[in-house]
Amino acid sequence: MSLDQLKRLIKAVLPDLDMVIGWKQGHDGLTATPLFIRSEDDVEKLQIGPLAVHNLATFLPGLKDKKVGVVVKGCDSRAAVQLLQEKLIDRANVTIFGFGCDGVVSHAKLRKQFDAMGRADSMVRDGDTVTIEHDDESTALPFNEICPDKCLTCEFPNAVVHDHFAGERIERTPVASENPALAEFEKLPISERLDFWQNQMGRCIRCHACRNACPMCVCRDHCLATSRDPNWIGQETSPRENLMFQMTHTMHLAGRCVECGECERACPMDIPVFLLRKKMADEVKELFDYNAGVNPDAKPPLMTFETDERNIKE
Amino acid sequence: MARKYIAETDITAWLKELSGDNLIIAPVVETGTVVYRPYTSGSEVELVNRPVSSPKEAVFPQTELLFTYKQDKTPEDPGRTKVDMKEATPDRATVFFGPRPCGTRGITMFDKVYNCGKQQDTYYVTRRENTAFVTIACTRPDATCFCHSVNSGPADPDGSDVLLVPVQGGYVAEAITDKGTELLAYDLFSDAGKREQEANAVIDKAREMLGDPHDFTDAESSLYKLFDDMEFWDEQAAKCINCGACTYLCPTCHCFNITDQTAGLSGRRIRTWDNCMSYEFTLEGSGHNPRPTKAHRLKNRLGHKFAYYPENNEGLVACCGCGRCIERCPSGVDIRAIVLAAKERSDVQE
Repeated sequence: MSLDQLKRLIKAVLPDLDMVIGWKQGHDGLTATPLFIRSEDDVEKLQIGPLAVHNLATFLPGLKDKKVGVVVKGCDSRAAVQLLQEKLIDRANVTIFGFGCDGVVSHAKLRKQFDAMGRADSMVRDGDTVTIEHDDESTALPFNEICPDKCLTCEFPNAVVHDHFAGERIERTPVASENPALAEFEKLPISERLDFWQNQMGRCIRCHACRNACPMCVCRDHCLATSRDPNWIGQETSPRENLMFQMTHTMHLAGRCVECGECERACPMDIPVFLLRKKMADEVKELFDYNAGVNPDAKPPLMTFETDERNIKE
Repeated sequence: MARKYIAETDITAWLKELSGDNLIIAPVVETGTVVYRPYTSGSEVELVNRPVSSPKEAVFPQTELLFTYKQDKTPEDPGRTKVDMKEATPDRATVFFGPRPCGTRGITMFDKVYNCGKQQDTYYVTRRENTAFVTIACTRPDATCFCHSVNSGPADPDGSDVLLVPVQGGYVAEAITDKGTELLAYDLFSDAGKREQEANAVIDKAREMLGDPHDFTDAESSLYKLFDDMEFWDEQAAKCINCGACTYLCPTCHCFNITDQTAGLSGRRIRTWDNCMSYEFTLEGSGHNPRPTKAHRLKNRLGHKFAYYPENNEGLVACCGCGRCIERCPSGVDIRAIVLAAKERSDVQE
């Protein structure tokens, strides 16, 4: 079993590291939470599986000077690659533990389908079905309806970069050829799209969880969203100002977004902000034939130029 | 005073009556998420699932206009600038409908900061005096709920004007204040009669579902003892991503920022929510930051709720136990676990 092997691999190298970041059981049966492993006892708390939703590579730039091990799903590993390409982390200081991921849950989708969110004892995945034990009964739900859209289109279930790999590589073909939420959004006529965002952004509380959960958001304490000088974004909470931040974030992710979807997962108000990033990633793919965070030796398209860009007709 | 009863099917009629003289703010489902919104006739209120956002916005909106200003210069005397200011007065009578007791109780913690003997914040006090809270008792606590660990419970009337307890087919209504009595003075209400017992049973069941409370006794002294123990705070803050979801969803967090939004010669002075998890919160003009890391900032958030505020307010913990910060934290930071860990750590040190 890959969890047992993962524990053994971590124990073997833990003495040489300051910490290894993984996941453990959270506050209820439907949540996991990041685990900072510093001792052999901590290793026993390690969990992987459909609740391991967090992209732990997000912590790496903040721990740049430490010897850190990190457990990654396929999508998370792409963040590590992109961080390496941008020299935001030092390869010599990072030990990557990969495993094959068969998809995670989306709590936002789960909340819409399951009304006993806060009272679940456990969740078990068996193939296409998840079974949740709660209130002395059990509820079965189809996995494909409660996983994030990124898992439906996932082409990288296995860590693309790793020092150690636990278990078998997972072979899976994407369930959907395009992101269903984005396809749905793009059915809206152009004239209605701003209304869609005005409505969604009306819920934004400007907590910046989307920003802080993003592994590529590395300005951290020097963000234009809170800066007064320059004063790019007003302090007033309004759909307009809130959307301004989202668009800025999206533009800064051109050719960098690894499509881990952490921005949307982190949003406490369930705003589908990944739509914007996904669209940007699709545009980059179309223009530059480039998937961010897949090949450590590739040059991200916005970090270089060609005199004649193949897909940009001037 | 005797409790009354209103049928579920009469809630819409009641809201219609109340909306004659009041602005009603009530929970609605907006693209699948429950939030508070101004009620307009015909909109469907959501009274079963608790809103994600907290009721503090009733008295402490995320953006509060303080005043508008306009500068005038005259060609006759270019050295002088005349400034016209127009103060905003948020005095619309409001009924805030449908929060749970935890969130409503959070408002009472604002009172001790913004409406105490020494200091009165005009904007807050005006909103507070003009707002009535119609609270719904909690019937199904979640795993993240811990109101019973902070001296409260699923039917705590603290801060409410009316308390509704869901029973079969409707609600048993109790007026907590005189303002509440007026809100119930409609023919839509009848005597609760035997339904009172049913309501009591509903509350007892909710209390039972909460299980045993956490023991937060002496959290105040434990947190003070650990003030300089940065190893402890680094460990507790490791998984925190330092966003402001916890503070902005918290019914008791009450910090703000003030900004002049100027365009040309005129502008608006606004007050907006601020949060102690952000680097800029304590950044000084000199560039020095007394809370430079996320560990310092998490320590402050915990300390404020369980040590500093209680110290100034006769032991009252500035946490209402609603669990929003736990439920919606992108990293699963659990405030209960940190308080308990602090107690354990300080016990070991003794």
